[in-house]
Amino acid sequence: MRITVNGEAREVEADVRTTLLDLLREHLGLTGAKKGCDHGQCGACTVLVDGRRINACLSLAVMHEGDEVVTIEGLGTPDHLSPLQAAFLHHDGFQCGYCTPGQICSATAMLDEVAQGWPSHVSDDLDHVVLDDMEIRERMSGNICRCSAYPTIVAAIREVAEADGALAEAAE
Amino acid sequence: MKPFDYARAETVDEALAAGASGGRYIAGGTNLIDLMKLQVDTPGKLVDISRLALDGVEEIDGGGVRIGALVPNSDLAAHPLIRAHYPMLSRAVLAGASAQLRNKASTAGNLLQRTRCYYFYETAAACNKREPGSGCDAIGGFNRIHAVLGASASCIATHPSDMAVALRALDAVVVTALPDGAERRIALGDLYRLPGDTPEIETNLQPGELIVAIELPAPPPGRQLYRKVRDRASYAFALVSIAAVVAVEDDVITSARLAFGGLAPMPWRSAEAEAALVGKAAGTEAFEAAADALLKDARGYGHNDFKIVLARRTLIACLRDLTA
Ligand SMILES: Cc1cc2nc3c(=O)[nH]c(=O)nc-3n(C[C@H](O)[C@H](O)[C@H](O)COP(=O)(O)OP(=O)(O)OC[C@H]3O[C@@H](n4cnc5c(N)ncnc54)[C@H](O)[C@@H]3O)c2cc1C
Ligand code: SF4
Ligand code: FES
Ligand code: FES
Repeated sequence: MRITVNGEAREVEADVRTTLLDLLREHLGLTGAKKGCDHGQCGACTVLVDGRRINACLSLAVMHEGDEVVTIEGLGTPDHLSPLQAAFLHHDGFQCGYCTPGQICSATAMLDEVAQGWPSHVSDDLDHVVLDDMEIRERMSGNICRCSAYPTIVAAIREVAEADGALAEAAE
Repeated sequence: MKPFDYARAETVDEALAAGASGGRYIAGGTNLIDLMKLQVDTPGKLVDISRLALDGVEEIDGGGVRIGALVPNSDLAAHPLIRAHYPMLSRAVLAGASAQLRNKASTAGNLLQRTRCYYFYETAAACNKREPGSGCDAIGGFNRIHAVLGASASCIATHPSDMAVALRALDAVVVTALPDGAERRIALGDLYRLPGDTPEIETNLQPGELIVAIELPAPPPGRQLYRKVRDRASYAFALVSIAAVVAVEDDVITSARLAFGGLAPMPWRSAEAEAALVGKAAGTEAFEAAADALLKDARGYGHNDFKIVLARRTLIACLRDLTA
């Protein structure tokens, strides 16, 4: 099958039972996305498919023929960190780091969802999103952190959102 | 996972042909793949319908909407028509799962997701739904999340969907394609079956029948609400949930629609509870009568006894808020 990963067109052969997560980790050597629960319950495997965040553990690789996948390795490099990667470092948004690639991929897509005006469970007004800490927490609830680094994860995301003007924009 | 054949359908006709020869449809895969990993479900052939062009939300005659079977839950919740006219549906979808899951979960897949009963997931346990005739370890076991309405001596599992509860209150119709291509329309309440002594048969769909869309009539009069009570504030299934639309004129309730999640094997509707409200003054007396009507046949199994009290209180609180 053909699949584009981090901007590179790849040709891979895999058993139909292979999940997207196993394809990335075992076949393509991209071990950034983590296997926490393998059942959609933790978010450690979060990657972007055609720009949207999904759990790579609950998707069959073969169903992603032709799709564009971005993993943590594709968001930035140690020399050129993405804004969220830099903010997680700056705020210590992790302890053991196992959930971090999933958190950062998830947050990347989350800010995009806010920019599109998508409401969440805690939005008072479905048509008017104000990205406060409650909103960040709710929108990131699909990413569990076993070390409970939540306060610094929220701080890191808030910093990038503020820099983006997402807060101001959404609050308008 | 057990080995299986895989085919991608490019058109509805291709999907129906593959479905008629025993293929199982897979859309987002967020429920089916989970169950396949645990070998709770072991389809021999998967028909990938995720690329079919059934992903639109559009207005239909009479002021309603038609929602394609493959519209992702995220897109449904954020759609301007749904936000504007069916806010309780947006709310119900947003109360379910996580953002990642909602991006993959489809409208039809959400309706057909299976129960979260622990024993259904545990292949070493006795479960009539997974293995007919083997017994039910939930009865007499850990049954905190189980049903208090509509259950049977064979199975006390609940239907876990939030979205389906709002759709039930909104009188949704499920539009399907039969294997020969003919269209069928099924009221959402008639899609599901109560367990009786065949809990393994959960819907009235025929083998190979494909859901193509959900249609909603024009929004009912009144204010809408979806409230979900659960063990943590996010990313947890409902213990009790309520979708309600209530209209009041001069302090008198003129129409009411109530649907419930977490209580029964299907999204539950109570005509008796609705009738207890209509024509009555909006107030505690009517609200309590509605709760009595809803719960008159409720039965707890030990760990879930609290749901009967919780449902009562949640209903009364919702009605109070809606008519305030
Ligand atoms: C950790 C976790 C938490 C969750 N929390 C919640 C929650 O709080 N609330 C909630 O409501 N849900 C919750 N979910 C469930 C989630 O909503 C469902 O998994 C999802 O909606 C299923 O949709 P899908 O498209 O992925 O279905 P699939 O897994 O692709 O399919 C499910 C079933 O539907 C059948 N099917 C799919 N499409 C069609 C069609 N068009 N015609 C006929 N048959 C079809 C399939 O054959 C399969 O049997 C949770 C899931 C997980 C993993
Ligand atoms: S409640 Fe239903 S699903 Fe759960 S163990 Fe009993 S038969 Fe199985
Ligand atoms: S590994 Fe995918 S959600 Fe936990
Ligand atoms: S940093 Fe350890 S799990 Fe989040």
